[in-house]
Amino acid sequence: MVNFPEAPVPVVNLPNLLRQHAGGQRSVSVEGATIGEVLEALQAAYPAMSGQLITSEGQLHKFVNVYLNDDDVRYIDKLDTKVQAEDSVSILPAVAGGAA
Amino acid sequence: MSDPSNDPMASKKADSPGSQSATAASAGPSDVEPTGLHLTTDQLDEMIAHCLRSYPEEGCGLLTGQETTGTVATVQPTRNASASGQIYTVDPGEYLRIDRAAEDAGNSVIGVFHSHTHTDAFPSRTDVAQAPDPGWHYVLVSLRHEVASVRSYRIVDDQVAEEVIFVH
Repeated sequence: MVNFPEAPVPVVNLPNLLRQHAGGQRSVSVEGATIGEVLEALQAAYPAMSGQLITSEGQLHKFVNVYLNDDDVRYIDKLDTKVQAEDSVSILPAVAGGAA
Repeated sequence: MSDPSNDPMASKKADSPGSQSATAASAGPSDVEPTGLHLTTDQLDEMIAHCLRSYPEEGCGLLTGQETTGTVATVQPTRNASASGQIYTVDPGEYLRIDRAAEDAGNSVIGVFHSHTHTDAFPSRTDVAQAPDPGWHYVLVSLRHEVASVRSYRIVDDQVAEEVIFVH
């Protein structure tokens, strides 16, 4: 009998704020061929994240930055950025403010 | 206002941290549990120095350390991607690098610091509206006066509460 290894699935690294919605996990694996599909799958798996990643208009939330490995997806193809099974997706909150 | 970056002593001067300020009292009642931020003299100096170097832009950076105790392990100055004296944006690529390094060291990003070049060390409406994480510490460095003023806050559900800075 041949044992086939499980196919890899993209890993999503969660910021501190979202870990509470994923049972405290720092990283979770969700399937998706694009960043949009990965984020949708994440919100489906952890409903408390709904609306925090993708807006009701289907856009990446402006207070969230998403990296595919080392690259900001806003400079690749945004939510249509292709994701490979071995890729790492990192979600980071936008950190901004100021006196204005 | 004199340019604080021309004052060689400015980086060594700081208002006494940890005191409850009149500006904090003006925030009104808060349901946020008061906490504390623990850092060293060198870390405090590093934040102030980076903000002075960044002037006239707002300086900014991240704090890494232990979330449960509020103990700062490292101060990580970053680029202000907004390049403005009115607003700041921590460069997201630098955030990713800092976050990864913190995780490797058994720490996490526990806060952010930034400067107000002409206003007090108190969170603005913009700061409160864009505060990314209720678990973080928000350190303000005011360059309004000749002596830099440093204060730290928690911001939860738009409620601001000053916290004590313990300098070790």
